[in-house]
Amino acid sequence: MHNFDYHAPKTLDSALALLRDKEDGKIIAGGMTLLPTLKQRLAAPSDLIDLAALSEMKGVRRDGNGIVIGAMTTHAEVAANGDVQSLIPALSHLAGVIGDPAVRHRGTIGGSVANADPAADYPAAVVGLNATIVTNKRKIAADDFFVSLFETALERDEIITSVRFPIPERAGYEKFRHPASGYAVVGVMVAKFGDKVRVGVTGAAGSAFRASDFEAALEKNFSSEVLLGIAVSPDDLLSDIHCTNEYRAHLVNVMARRAIAAA
Amino acid sequence: MGQFGIGQPLRRKEDPRLLQGRGQYTDDMNVEGQFWGAFLRSPHAHADILSVDLEAARAAPGVKAVYTSADLDADGVPDMPCEVELADLAGAPMWKPMRPILARNRVRFVGECVALVVAQTQAQAREAAELIEINWSPRPSVADAQEALKPGAPLLWPELGQNVPVHWQNKPSTEADAAMAGAAWRVDVNIVNNRLVPAPMEPKAALASWDEQEGKLTLWAPTQGGRKIQANLAKRYLRIAQDKMRVISLDVGGGFGMRGQTYPEYVALVWAAKQIGGAVKWRADRTETFFSDYHGRDQVNEAQMGLDEYGRIVALKIHTLVNLGAYMAENGPRMPIEGGGRIIPCCYHVPHFYFSVKPVFTNTVSTDTYRGAGRPEANFLMERLMDAAAEATGLTRDEVRRRNFITEFPYKTPMGYVIDSGDFARGMDDAMRMAEWDTFEERRAEAYSRGYLRGIGVAAFIEAAGGRAPTEDMRVRAELDGSVTIFSGSHSHGQGHDTVFSQLVNEFLGVEPASVRLVQGDTDVTPRGSIGTFGSRSSMMGGAGIKMSCEKLVAKGVKVAAHLMQSEPDAVTFSQGVFRAGASEMSFTQVAQAAWDATRIPEGMTPGLDEGHNFQREAENFPNGCHVCEVEIDPETGIAEIVRYVAVDDCGAVLNPLIVHGQVYGGVAQGLGQAMIENALYDAEGQFVSATYMDYGMPRAHRMPFIEVGFNTVACRTNPLGVKGAGEAGACGAPPAFIGALVDALRDYGVTHMDMPATPEKIWRAIYGAQFDTQESDGIYAEVT
Ligand SMILES: Cc1cc2nc3c(=O)[nH]c(=O)nc-3n(C[C@H](O)[C@H](O)[C@H](O)COP(=O)(O)OP(=O)(O)OC[C@H]3O[C@@H](n4cnc5c(N)ncnc54)[C@H](O)[C@@H]3O)c2cc1C
Repeated sequence: MHNFDYHAPKTLDSALALLRDKEDGKIIAGGMTLLPTLKQRLAAPSDLIDLAALSEMKGVRRDGNGIVIGAMTTHAEVAANGDVQSLIPALSHLAGVIGDPAVRHRGTIGGSVANADPAADYPAAVVGLNATIVTNKRKIAADDFFVSLFETALERDEIITSVRFPIPERAGYEKFRHPASGYAVVGVMVAKFGDKVRVGVTGAAGSAFRASDFEAALEKNFSSEVLLGIAVSPDDLLSDIHCTNEYRAHLVNVMARRAIAAA
Repeated sequence: MGQFGIGQPLRRKEDPRLLQGRGQYTDDMNVEGQFWGAFLRSPHAHADILSVDLEAARAAPGVKAVYTSADLDADGVPDMPCEVELADLAGAPMWKPMRPILARNRVRFVGECVALVVAQTQAQAREAAELIEINWSPRPSVADAQEALKPGAPLLWPELGQNVPVHWQNKPSTEADAAMAGAAWRVDVNIVNNRLVPAPMEPKAALASWDEQEGKLTLWAPTQGGRKIQANLAKRYLRIAQDKMRVISLDVGGGFGMRGQTYPEYVALVWAAKQIGGAVKWRADRTETFFSDYHGRDQVNEAQMGLDEYGRIVALKIHTLVNLGAYMAENGPRMPIEGGGRIIPCCYHVPHFYFSVKPVFTNTVSTDTYRGAGRPEANFLMERLMDAAAEATGLTRDEVRRRNFITEFPYKTPMGYVIDSGDFARGMDDAMRMAEWDTFEERRAEAYSRGYLRGIGVAAFIEAAGGRAPTEDMRVRAELDGSVTIFSGSHSHGQGHDTVFSQLVNEFLGVEPASVRLVQGDTDVTPRGSIGTFGSRSSMMGGAGIKMSCEKLVAKGVKVAAHLMQSEPDAVTFSQGVFRAGASEMSFTQVAQAAWDATRIPEGMTPGLDEGHNFQREAENFPNGCHVCEVEIDPETGIAEIVRYVAVDDCGAVLNPLIVHGQVYGGVAQGLGQAMIENALYDAEGQFVSATYMDYGMPRAHRMPFIEVGFNTVACRTNPLGVKGAGEAGACGAPPAFIGALVDALRDYGVTHMDMPATPEKIWRAIYGAQFDTQESDGIYAEVT
């Protein structure tokens, strides 16, 4: 690890000021992604700005027909939260299958979404449930947020403060887990909002995407059988030492059908 | 057997200490004023070093010294040899390269040590290492053994002219060819036995310290004994008296066969400590540990077996390639020829056996001994052949095995080793009965009705334990306070010696295990002839050494007791911890305490009950067993779940069933890891692409099936305790049992073999493969949550 200066601001404003002033400052939330990168000396920020003291960014609250989760809320807290469990059980399930217990008790939703790892779970929920990413500056729609591999619409001096999830009629999440890392080889969130259906896919491509063919078919008939005949093209999907794009394409279909069954 | 003696499931004495963080691992050690070392490692698989600029690193904050091969050469530190001698059939010896401690002019694998930086803190040392400027000239590289044989493949050692240092054969193939020609059935099996990272829980670490006063060096490191490393470091590398080097390994977090070697980091660190006249500590992170520890397996096996019309083997021919890595590790080429060769062709009688081995150099980390060291590879091959034989002959899988099992003992193998005892058929029968093999087809049909594919596999295996060094030195001393201390040459790095050795002392001296103390892993304190632990040897070697030492203690105790009870030694008996003479009796402890008092012992006797024994084995022993594995495959995802696992072991006399079962669980976990998820992968550029736990699939506790264990005990005839090893058995049985089950489940899809790791994608492709024409990925697996 290279040397850096550590800051623990008490307010969002001072965090933002630090982020603007420091030449190569970086936000640290749970540190589950950032710390390994620092230890492997792959990143060398001049300053670390820890959001841990910003209690207003922690916790889950009900907000009309939605649930708002503070950016600094850990995966374990989301998984165990009563409102999430009763109103969006698929989201609670998703948070509960991230990594291992240690990761779930440190890692945060803000950090996960900001990091935009192609194999992370939350992006499937953000896209599939049509969440809104709330930052210090603006509200970003799910469809505009994930840009590409590890790249989001966030600007350099922008901090995610919360993520707002509308409450679906039904939703299910199914994940094909990589046993080495625990991440999603493929993860699919299927959600039904009245006559609208959204299918968010993570793990399969450079960033989370919507399976629009699936959505159209499911809006006509919300059952797993309708997906049986709809093949996913492997063309733009990832191929790596773990799995080929063809296998991933196949798994997107299988996981989507199982997500519907679980919804 | 008493309450704590031989055969009792005594709980592990060491666990409270280890689980409460009171272990004494290398990284727990620190020396006042110590420096920290960091190695600069090669980022290239193969490259020439055109120039090295150390100026910036030397000037960096906190840096004490920066060393390269030039410094070692200037001080005459020699390169590292391989200890194996082999020759081809014409008698020409194997060509052997030497490995420089720090790379000289050229690097040959990613992770090879190039320079050592010594600085005040670890961060400073690492920072400075990054400032070393090297002008590299990359060369073409090759990581795969089969690729390395092709004409035009990059040469690791141009002076050799090829990548194969010897073509070893047990004999010409003529007889086997003739017998094969007359066979009624011939089956062929081609197998890639995947490369594994041993990955003990404790990352590699070392602390080297120079004591100016005594003119002595101490190395703390996670070894499997330390005596041989002590001798190597002192005599070969530092050219000092052996006693001026001390190696300490108190607690070690896993060895698995690859922590017994004299690694280049150790040489560089002790040398550097002496140079600076102080102490240098080094701790590898996980990825560096993956590069530094030798790897395991990585063989390619092609075999043909011929059977007569009754399904009896008439001939067997095996061609093995073993990927050595860039250099030859201490034991490298020994793996198939001696590691596996001690048992091959395993549980079966083979009248005509031809065995050819080509070790191959590649641009990878060296391979060496890893849990089973050649035996898992040999057993896997033989069991795949037996399944193929069943398929070809139409015999059931158990019947074809039964017709070929070795049944008469002692049995001399084609390679000249003598198996003293065993009952392979009974082990198989037991395992099949426990696994309810008879009713499997019902379970298959039931699974099918749910949309799942079920398969069952059986694997008989044999092991060889206690090989290589034929001696072990143990010492047992009765203390004044009534306790007993064992000074052990055997070394526990997780196996539970403290528990089992205490049980032996209890058995032979009647002292409670809680009053027995194990001292190990310090060359200043352990017996001079100490060797250490590897190859499942401690029960036989250390165990016998304790037994013999205890017998000497009792013999002396009888004389002391006779003196104290005013009797004659001939009239004194000893049993269950009590000396008796007529109506008088004294406990072992009373006699032992009195024995230290010169006024209470016979004239001329040296005080104290303190005896050692350097046990010399007669022969190694041959643990064996049979595993049955039942899997259920989700055909949509290709995920195979183990629904039943039975392991029946013949490890001779069982000293502690809890400990033996623990060894079996661990071995099975490692075997299933190899079969299902583990894969040390190199890409086309020779980069080691699965060098973290994010990419290298380690079996996890929650994924392990419940393992039903049983014993098929046949006492060993060639050692005093009747024991056979237990440490490596699980890793031998699990891969063929699992793959056998998988192939059985996929039989309808025309699958006859699947290479390891059998990932869900491979399984899915076996089911749906025809739809695709592209290549599968090399890698991993997954599980659905
Ligand atoms: C062993 C292991 C297994 C894992 N398995 C999974 C898994 O199965 N599924 C999964 O989804 N994830 C997994 N993760 C990742 C984990 O979920 C982390 O929580 C996540 O990567 C990042 O969250 P964090 O709070 O730790 O962020 P940090 O590591 O602290 O930060 C990550 C990045 O986000 C930025 N950032 C953090 N918070 C904010 C914010 N509020 N606004 C703007 N930028 C911010 C940081 O600057 C940094 O660039 C795993 C991690 C580990 C170590």
